[in-house]
Amino acid sequence: MATVSVCQYHRGGFSFENCKRNALLEADINKLGLSSPAARKTGTTICGLVYKDGVVLGADTRATEGMVVADKNCSKIHYISPNVYCCGAGTAADTEMTTQIISSNLELHSLSTGRPPRVATANRMLKQMLFRYQGYIGAALVLGGVDCNGPHLYSIYPHGSTDKLPYVTMGSGSLAAMAVFEDRYRPNMEEEEAKRLVRDAIAAGIFNDLGSGSNIDLCVITKGKVDYLRPHDMANKKGVREEKIYGHPVTGNYRYKHGTTGVLTKTVTPLNLEVVEESVQTMDTS
Amino acid sequence: MSEEMFPEPEWLSEEVKTGTTIIAVTFDGGVVLGSDSRVSAGEAVVNRVMNKLSPLHDKIYCALSGSAADAQTIAEIVNYQLDVHSIEVEDDPLVCSAATLVKNISYKYKEELSAHLIVAGWDRKKGGQVYATLSGLLTSQPFAIGGSGSFYINGFVDAEYRKNMTKRECQEFVVNALTLAMGRDGSSGGVAYVVTIDKDGAEEKCVLGNELPKFFDE
Repeated sequence: MATVSVCQYHRGGFSFENCKRNALLEADINKLGLSSPAARKTGTTICGLVYKDGVVLGADTRATEGMVVADKNCSKIHYISPNVYCCGAGTAADTEMTTQIISSNLELHSLSTGRPPRVATANRMLKQMLFRYQGYIGAALVLGGVDCNGPHLYSIYPHGSTDKLPYVTMGSGSLAAMAVFEDRYRPNMEEEEAKRLVRDAIAAGIFNDLGSGSNIDLCVITKGKVDYLRPHDMANKKGVREEKIYGHPVTGNYRYKHGTTGVLTKTVTPLNLEVVEESVQTMDTS
Repeated sequence: MSEEMFPEPEWLSEEVKTGTTIIAVTFDGGVVLGSDSRVSAGEAVVNRVMNKLSPLHDKIYCALSGSAADAQTIAEIVNYQLDVHSIEVEDDPLVCSAATLVKNISYKYKEELSAHLIVAGWDRKKGGQVYATLSGLLTSQPFAIGGSGSFYINGFVDAEYRKNMTKRECQEFVVNALTLAMGRDGSSGGVAYVVTIDKDGAEEKCVLGNELPKFFDE
């Protein structure tokens, strides 16, 4: 049975090739006294919900490397197919590559079947790949889309389990976002209300979780149309420095005009100095 | 400043488990399966309405417990294998066949997997049957319980089970057992799913939290 897929692994179980390579690299680096770079994680808030006409996916835009923000405006909503998008939390490289691989395979599959792809297919492909790697691929995903059977939303965990639900949140800020969803979610909401709810859930994650921040991206998927709103809301605008104060330009200039300080009195005292000795020393200019 | 300034919450990297209560009971003419609906990752509940009774075939269901990924994967693989098998034999599969397929996977990958499935259903040859497949054994029993919540109701089911119950009594027995377990086990909760399988097919029912029976609660 030939499978149409980009990558040929599949001999059952998992391949530890890269783990061996990593262990060797680790040993070499440690010998030099350096430490290997930490994987960049998207400590994140991502969420999705199903509304009347389709699916709304939301994500923050902060990518962290340890405790430093590595990217203030990264894009966490990945394209899978024209009608299916996927938000990714966990290790940034893992989510990026996993979604790209499945996107390629799904396009080949769709050309092979002659039909537009279904969300359940993408879900199966993702969960089977993640299970094969037994959780070592740190990708936690929120997969959403609209196909011939209506709107669907799945959450996929790094070990390969999935849940099909009307609203899901993932990432370090997921508890904050889920609190907002549990309070205000109703089935069959209108589009504006759904977008507002997702925006508020991501904002809850951004403000209450250190690993999430910056802006809010939204992706609204309906039958036949996708609105990729990036950014939908800039929750944390950087402050703008004042250009002028009282007509004086202010940007880091500390020279004051003549006459800024008023002169009250002026006293001139000549110092009478006697010339004691006078000598001339020539400079050596050779 | 240590790297633990904003440590990632543990449950993000924790494996998702269905710390669970599952139960399957035979009655005269079929079986009743029941499960709770809580899925946890470490301390957090990630899905409070998961249906852990997964269909393997029209009249054969299995109840999932343990690691969510392992259990879901086993159920999906066996579902596929049973489909192929039933086309090959041109008949509905036996519950024993389904249980054997589950047992084969559970036994072969015993070290790697941590999931326990209870297989139950109805077939023409032997009627309603329940099979336990813990760690790769295969045994047919009048009833079986599994999951972390099952430890709390071992005494209850031993005392209350009677042979040849009616369908209605069996459903009540299952719902009572689930309620008691959910009341005492932190990893079980949510709603109760009940599936009744007899010669006419499978009937799924969901009993919401406030509809569960009330026991001594002060």
